[in-house]
Amino acid sequence: MSRYLALRVVQSALVLGVMSFVIYGLMGLMPGDPIDLMISADPKMTSEDAARLRALYGLDKPIVERYLNWLAAALGGDLGFSRLYARPVLEALAPALGNTLWLLGLSIALSLAIGLPSGMAAALRPYSRLDYTVNLIAFAGNSVPVFWLALLLIIVFAVVLGVLPAGGVGTVGEAGFGDAARYMVLPVATLTIASVGGHTRYMRAAMIEVLRQDYIRTARAKGAGPLRVVLRHALRNAMIPVVTIVALDFGYLFSGALITETIFAYPGMGKLIFDSIMGNDFNLALVALLFATTLTLAGNLLADLAYAWLDPRISYR
Amino acid sequence: MTARTPTQGMAALAARRFSRHRLAVASAGVLGVLALLSAAAPLIEAALGVDSQVVDLFGRFAPPSVAHPLGTDELGRDLLVRLLRGGRVSLLVGLTAALAAALIGTVVGLLAGYYGGRLDGLLMRFTDGVISLPLLPLLIVLAAVDLDKLGLPDALTASEDISLYRIVAIVAVVGWTTVARLVRGAALTLREREFVLAAHSQGASGLRVMAVHILPNLASPIVVATTLSVGNVILLESVLSFLGLGIQPPIPSWGNLLTNAQELIWTAPGLAFYPGVLIFVTVIAFNFLGDGLQDALDPRSPIR
Repeated sequence: MSRYLALRVVQSALVLGVMSFVIYGLMGLMPGDPIDLMISADPKMTSEDAARLRALYGLDKPIVERYLNWLAAALGGDLGFSRLYARPVLEALAPALGNTLWLLGLSIALSLAIGLPSGMAAALRPYSRLDYTVNLIAFAGNSVPVFWLALLLIIVFAVVLGVLPAGGVGTVGEAGFGDAARYMVLPVATLTIASVGGHTRYMRAAMIEVLRQDYIRTARAKGAGPLRVVLRHALRNAMIPVVTIVALDFGYLFSGALITETIFAYPGMGKLIFDSIMGNDFNLALVALLFATTLTLAGNLLADLAYAWLDPRISYR
Repeated sequence: MTARTPTQGMAALAARRFSRHRLAVASAGVLGVLALLSAAAPLIEAALGVDSQVVDLFGRFAPPSVAHPLGTDELGRDLLVRLLRGGRVSLLVGLTAALAAALIGTVVGLLAGYYGGRLDGLLMRFTDGVISLPLLPLLIVLAAVDLDKLGLPDALTASEDISLYRIVAIVAVVGWTTVARLVRGAALTLREREFVLAAHSQGASGLRVMAVHILPNLASPIVVATTLSVGNVILLESVLSFLGLGIQPPIPSWGNLLTNAQELIWTAPGLAFYPGVLIFVTVIAFNFLGDGLQDALDPRSPIR
């Protein structure tokens, strides 16, 4: 187990290392470059000045050398300065990360609270009318474009009914939990609707698979009540694949968060990544993307560990 | 009953299973109608006497009428024919990108599963790496890359259709992993089977064994996975186009028809409705279709 863990950690670190180079390279392929931005800010700059600046910042060196310089600085704690936010990259990143974790945490909790019981109910009566309905709704939730769902919610609740704000995090001049909560409703609802279908379907599939097993028949034969069979014998085993998939889904939800945050002007990681790429904020985009990659890799690692921990039948040498 | 050859029996059984999946049959019908209408967009334009590109600033946000069955948009263009033109692009891009991804996935999976060993380890670790990346942020970066800096020929980068090629390429680059894993798993077991051994002993080359003996046995999982992925690809295309990074106007797609919808949400909320409905219906139809095919092509699934 510890050997397996070590192997997986090394592998994840390797992927992260490779990705840091790939993303660094991609940043260089973005339209415009820092010197162009300086030129457009200062019309008196000559081409000699530009060349001098290029040399000063090391932009005339080959990409591998530039990458190694960046890596050395980054490992030393210097992640650079954000152009858009006018402060060090980490200071811009930290609050956004907190906001996103709030948004994701609330949505995942809500989605599980709705999805797991519905999936279980559907699995107990496969191919019944209830199962059919739950499946249909789950498929719909899986297929709806997140950005369109967000627009629809804005139209219904902000434009037509006018009961909720269309975006942002708070009313100017009004502070307090109640006001902030009102701004969270639509983003959380969007992400929950987008992920509940998946959770329902995983739970249903896992439960149906487990209910087919011999030990369930044995438990029933021994006279265990239906509730006890489902909760004590079936649910615990069905949870194994579900837990794994929830952890794996983290990356997928992160993508959903990017769209949701951008549309609702919610200052999280997703909006920050989008804005920094669009706004030529190379330092911030690079670090934010690597952060997102790290989080996704960690989610995958966690999924693997949870799987091994929850299921004693699985042994990793 | 007259005797049938086994293949006919299998196909008939699959068709029967598929026809029992009512949602899948309905989905196939819906997709067929959508594809036909989109393909017929130029004919419908001619019949209505409108053009999807003609701007009419005096007829902005016109309500539905005989000339404009769904009304007009913020530039006075006919919404219906723009939706149909957008459907041509979105469906075509979705199918092409899904097929391209399936092709990459099949090649990677076959090589890994058939040759095994070190190549398998290398390819699968690579696949794991790609799977564990944050998809949408990565796609946004890839979509924002300046093609001139890649040194591509000007004739290509200046072409009006470049945004179509680009989106197909980047979706294929990240979307092949599911098929690769599926194909690899199946190829691993198939290569131990007697008919593969028999082919080898008759001197068949590795390439021939893969193409003639292994690949045909993988047809149904590949078909199912590809069908299911078309929906996802259409979602990815639409969100990238919505963010302004996918298919570029004036070429309409369901995603970029929604780009302006958010700004116009207070003046014309209706504009946000139709393109989204079409994306939603198409994606859910592809998902049901894939589900139905999965049931139909899996010989172990019960006939309901």
